[in-house]
Amino acid sequence: MNAPPAAARYDCIVIGAGHNGLVCATRLAQAGRKVLVLEAAAQVGGAAVTREFHPGFRVSAGAHLLHLMSAELIREFKLSAHGLRYSGTQLPTTALLPGGGTLAIGAGMQGADAVAYAAYETRMRRFGAALGPVLAGVAPRLGTDRWADKLALLSLGWRIRRLGRKDMRELLRIGGMNVYDLLQEHFSSAVLQGALGLDAVLGSNFGPRSPGSVLTLLYRLAGESAARANGLAQPQGGMGALCDALAAAARAAGVTIRTDAPVARILVANDCASGVALQSGEQFAAGIVISNADPKTTFLQLLGARYLDNGFVRRVNHLRGKGLTAKLHLALAEAPRFAGVAAERIGGRLLIAPSLEHIEHAYNHAKYGEYSIEPVIEITVPTHNDQGLAPAGQHVLSAIVQYAPYALKGGWAGQRQAFSDLCVATLERYAPGIAKSILGCELLTPVDIEAKFRISGGHWHHADLALDQFLMVRPVPGATQHRTPLAGLYLCGAGCHPGGGVMGTAGGNAASQVLKQARAYG
Amino acid sequence: MDKPSAMPVDFRHPLQRTPFHERARALSQVDSFVPWSGYSTVDVFTTVEQEYFAVRNAATLYDLTPMVKYRIVGREAVPYLNRLITRDVTKLKVNRVAYCVWCNDAGHLVDDGTLFRSGESEYLLCTAERQIDWLLSSADGFEVEVAEITEQVAALALQGPTSCSVLKALGLAGIENLKPFEIGRFTFAGAPLSVSRTGFTGDLGYELWITPDSALTLWDALMTAGRSWGIRPIGSQALNMVRIEAGFILPNVDFVSAEHTIRTGRDRSPLEMGLGWLVDFDKGHFTGRRALLEEQRRGVARMLVGLDIAGNKPARDSLLYAAPTAKREIGSVTSAMWSPTCKRNIALAMVEAPHFKTGTRLWVDIYLNRELVWERRMCQALVVDRPFFAPERRRATPAADY
Amino acid sequence: MVGAGHNGLVAACYLARGGLKVLVLERQPFIGGAAVSRQLYKDFTYSNCSYVCSLLRPEIMRTLELPKHGLQIIPYEGGCTMMQNGDHLAIYDHHDSLRREIARHSKRDAEAYDRFSRDVMRQCKFIKPLLMREPPDPTSFKPRDIRELLYLGQRFHGLGEQRMYDTLRFWTMSAADFLDEYFESEIVKAHMAGSSIIGTALGPRSPGTAYVLLHHYMGDIDDTVGAWGFARGGMGSITQALGKSLQASGGAIRVDAPVARIRVRGGVATGVVLEDGEEIAARLVVSNLDVRRTFLNTMDPNDLPGEFLRQVKNFKIRGSSGKLNIALDGLPVFPAIPTGAPCTRGDMHVTDSIEMMERAYDDWKDGRWSRAPYIDMLIPTQIDPTMTPNGKHYMSVFVQYCPYELADGGWTDEKRKAFGATVIDTIARHSPNFKDLILHAEIRTPWDIENEVGLTEGNIFQGELTMDQLLFNRPIPGYAQYRSPVPGLYMCGSSTHPGGGVMGAPGANAARAVLRDAGRAALV
Repeated sequence: MNAPPAAARYDCIVIGAGHNGLVCATRLAQAGRKVLVLEAAAQVGGAAVTREFHPGFRVSAGAHLLHLMSAELIREFKLSAHGLRYSGTQLPTTALLPGGGTLAIGAGMQGADAVAYAAYETRMRRFGAALGPVLAGVAPRLGTDRWADKLALLSLGWRIRRLGRKDMRELLRIGGMNVYDLLQEHFSSAVLQGALGLDAVLGSNFGPRSPGSVLTLLYRLAGESAARANGLAQPQGGMGALCDALAAAARAAGVTIRTDAPVARILVANDCASGVALQSGEQFAAGIVISNADPKTTFLQLLGARYLDNGFVRRVNHLRGKGLTAKLHLALAEAPRFAGVAAERIGGRLLIAPSLEHIEHAYNHAKYGEYSIEPVIEITVPTHNDQGLAPAGQHVLSAIVQYAPYALKGGWAGQRQAFSDLCVATLERYAPGIAKSILGCELLTPVDIEAKFRISGGHWHHADLALDQFLMVRPVPGATQHRTPLAGLYLCGAGCHPGGGVMGTAGGNAASQVLKQARAYG
Repeated sequence: MDKPSAMPVDFRHPLQRTPFHERARALSQVDSFVPWSGYSTVDVFTTVEQEYFAVRNAATLYDLTPMVKYRIVGREAVPYLNRLITRDVTKLKVNRVAYCVWCNDAGHLVDDGTLFRSGESEYLLCTAERQIDWLLSSADGFEVEVAEITEQVAALALQGPTSCSVLKALGLAGIENLKPFEIGRFTFAGAPLSVSRTGFTGDLGYELWITPDSALTLWDALMTAGRSWGIRPIGSQALNMVRIEAGFILPNVDFVSAEHTIRTGRDRSPLEMGLGWLVDFDKGHFTGRRALLEEQRRGVARMLVGLDIAGNKPARDSLLYAAPTAKREIGSVTSAMWSPTCKRNIALAMVEAPHFKTGTRLWVDIYLNRELVWERRMCQALVVDRPFFAPERRRATPAADY
Repeated sequence: MVGAGHNGLVAACYLARGGLKVLVLERQPFIGGAAVSRQLYKDFTYSNCSYVCSLLRPEIMRTLELPKHGLQIIPYEGGCTMMQNGDHLAIYDHHDSLRREIARHSKRDAEAYDRFSRDVMRQCKFIKPLLMREPPDPTSFKPRDIRELLYLGQRFHGLGEQRMYDTLRFWTMSAADFLDEYFESEIVKAHMAGSSIIGTALGPRSPGTAYVLLHHYMGDIDDTVGAWGFARGGMGSITQALGKSLQASGGAIRVDAPVARIRVRGGVATGVVLEDGEEIAARLVVSNLDVRRTFLNTMDPNDLPGEFLRQVKNFKIRGSSGKLNIALDGLPVFPAIPTGAPCTRGDMHVTDSIEMMERAYDDWKDGRWSRAPYIDMLIPTQIDPTMTPNGKHYMSVFVQYCPYELADGGWTDEKRKAFGATVIDTIARHSPNFKDLILHAEIRTPWDIENEVGLTEGNIFQGELTMDQLLFNRPIPGYAQYRSPVPGLYMCGSSTHPGGGVMGAPGANAARAVLRDAGRAALV
């Protein structure tokens, strides 16, 4: 064996240039650290990238709308100076009805449900605002002697208490409830229930009747509240443009970014992280290694069980993170004609989730390793806001499709086409003629997402967002607060509290934990 | 995963029989059997006293078959074991045996056992409790195979001062040169026979490992060869006496596996059990290392110690106090006996800091049943080093001939 | 006291012993509510609703002297799940037999079972003392609530960091996910998961079902043998013993006395009005009825705050269970079970995978009874031969899932028969002589249970046991301490903390609250 090349030395190495990795690296560089970011792919961004999926057609490969990233962070990192523009903000949501009608969520609703919606929306936003800081901060640990943990717990208690007796009781009641029951209590319109319920189950391993599905809804609202952002927004040039801006900000702060540099393993010396080795054999030394990869990849593949305790490995193995969400990209010769959608809403979010029962039935299949026969879909046509993503006059349709389980019985290889056809047929029902205008089509199942973006299980959130994988138990006890059992190794990805979505919070918090730890050691 | 076996469980006989059962049944005079790890084994053959003195005076046979045995083999057997147990496995040479313990993440004892290195990357692990759940989950990420082979191996312990002579009479050439914790390979009646100089008695002794179909032949040959060396079978009660004298600990008596405790604060670390010498912090990572380092830094809260107690009444289940009138307990006795060999009233006890230092005086609350009238005695006791009994012959090589 | 269910009787006993003059009013001609033994077929005594005594608090049995009044609980001798392929998983009392039996399916699972039992037992230890306490109101600043919250906090904190997380996860996970952390064999998981869905409107994959697994272990917690099992003479012997205990302490019971309305004067409960118009005055009224029935059916809505009424209407109380009580001419044979094995002398099942169980739940969600239902069947007459004529047997078949309302409308005789046939066919698939032995079968849907026993929508727990309806949320946030918005009116049914099952804790806790308000010393 050849001697490894002399290792280049950094203060911190970040594995993975996803949005969280970039945010983390920038923060560390701003604090004066010499930081190296290693990205396996040819471009930065992780799953938040813009890719050409058909000649001349580009699309956000993962999440297609930005609504969780904190406005403060965007300002602080001067992302607009680094090139971030929006092609649309405050995008509206429209529910599509099977018969061809639509329901504009929010404005323009009528009757009892409109009144109920206003009250519901206000109250849920209030809850979101109360929980926002919990999401923005590092989740406290229980039973430690540290004041930071006690203070964080007290502050959480105080925030909930400050809601007032009535709201506090309601929050404590609905926190563990299912969204089906909650929406039944408030609304009578099936399509409104379906549209609101979809937000609770998108990207998660839940059906509307799964207890805990209100939590994911509150999560989304709290995230939006913490972000204080422009509602649903579409970055000009797709989600990749955001990460390009983040990368530019990182470089400006002094971060070195290497792409095409897949990490093979994390190096350990004296029971501390000491650097990383690339698949090429090249090594980099650093006293601090921060992984933007998911917890399973980080611990089981990059680090390895031999540096970890058995019980901990058992918990990591039990971490649930098998994705159920697929992404469908269509290159279209012409704009799709969604029946009944007003012109000012076609650039927004269109939902196919006509009722809670419909979503639940779609979920039933996923429980048994089948794809949904009648999937639920969140659609955007980003070219309505940003013609630059496709040749002039032509369009891109980007859809999040559920449920498409990672562990499909029989495997995806033989069934990808069938599911893709089924999704197109579903779209055809709501936008007649769309099938004929398709020039190119790409379906990213969780298996593809795993392969392309190196996320074990192909899960958006790296690990299911469920009550038992939330807050102080996320991703697993022993690896919370971005620390790991191995000194010098940190986590900064979506597997950490608060979870996935293009938010950047985990990355920022990881950086502050690294810096805090460094101070503690003097 | 295993394919379901078609043979239903024989629910009328919950306890299995060892390959030696037939002989044990025949020699058992008081029909005293106890369950051990799913097997029916002899508690007492004749009287406990006779059996006890045979261990310290002559030679004894004890059926070890119910010991749970695991075969560990594979390219990464060494790194696997080194991450499992607290000792440095790389130091264990082929055909050597090591006593070892393993811990959970919190550095608390899961179990203890003996590890036999039978080949370059092949090991046999013997444990008192079943461990496949822990051993298999520890194997995640290692190229290693772990399988329970309890039923494929019959095992006998031949222990006592004349045990080497018995084996010589059996025809095992050169057995006297076998060093403590060494394994010798022999052929007996056409079958491979492994003999290790190990045991649970603290005396000169051997453990014999053979396939079940040769078990009875071996038993008979040993009984015949040992007749003039005073050989006799013993049950678990006599073994328990000699193991206390030797200072050995027993799961579910002196500690409860951290995999089984229900209440908080009942787990025990190897440092607390006085087994710090088994923990090698310098060998690299093992499960529980970080927690044990932290415990070592903080200092242990309690420790298992030997007690030398005034009087001759065994201090079974007794509570301990710092002063005869103290209200607060500072620990309790886990194993106790009057040692006929040492002529001392001895016990193993878990004692809270700072009372566990050797030479500390403390008080033992002993209840005596005197013709059905219970009396209470506060007896003074001294914290002493273990073992209580460690004769030269245990280690001498070549082993003494009689 | 409105209603002579087991909780009503427990509460009444404690109130009578606390020195109050107590009258229990029961709509039916017999007492017991859902814990009854009835003769619905000649000389056959059935526990025709609840069928196993698993949770009845030993301290209640003891303080109310139930053994003296005739109660005896006999443990099961085993259990089993019969598989589609003709194999089985038997549960044996003897630890080593059980280990070897599980090892037939997976050696690893046989030992993981010990870890599983340990972890569930740890949770039992944690939860046990909370059952007999009044849940604190987390929004309140009253010293008592703060004290109780601190007690909860301290107990939780006392677990240590790691076990606190284990506890958090245990209470929020699904049974299927929880079992996945222990077992690899589908049949082992399916057998263990059974107890997590009984009576619930959830499937084994629904978060929040893991904790229900501890019901099975609760009875073993104090090593008190004889806390878990068949009640000799049927479940009615529990309520009969309670009735005798009540009479012995001076309380009175009136049967055939249906309460039409709880009378409120000047904002205070002052007594009840029976259906025949008779008015009975009382300083305190305690309702054993479920919260929906108490406030929506037996009270004038004008006597209640509107917001409270809305919350009562939102209280989730969907029925999900059916029951068949079958009189048998002899003992059915189950070819999958080894001859003479004790596992027929306990709970028997035929669902051999989590998926099968979850699919049974999917049917219920869609307003159908399960086409392949999960069943929990027992033949208690093997243990207690006094319940039937000699040589004959009675089989209790609990069926999960069965909806209160069907997607295609209400229940009819025809549909009920079809439901019964589904269950009987399911059993007959595993027992060739079963159908020939049937002398009589009583088929009970949630709709029947509501009509006969008075449980709203036939929910056996008087309200679903989901996270939003537990502890201080049960039944209604702000009213979790057995008191209602109307002074003088209390709740003591399973709608209140800690919930359903023949446990008696809600009754005992309610009595304590009543006695404290009345300025009397509590006995529990």
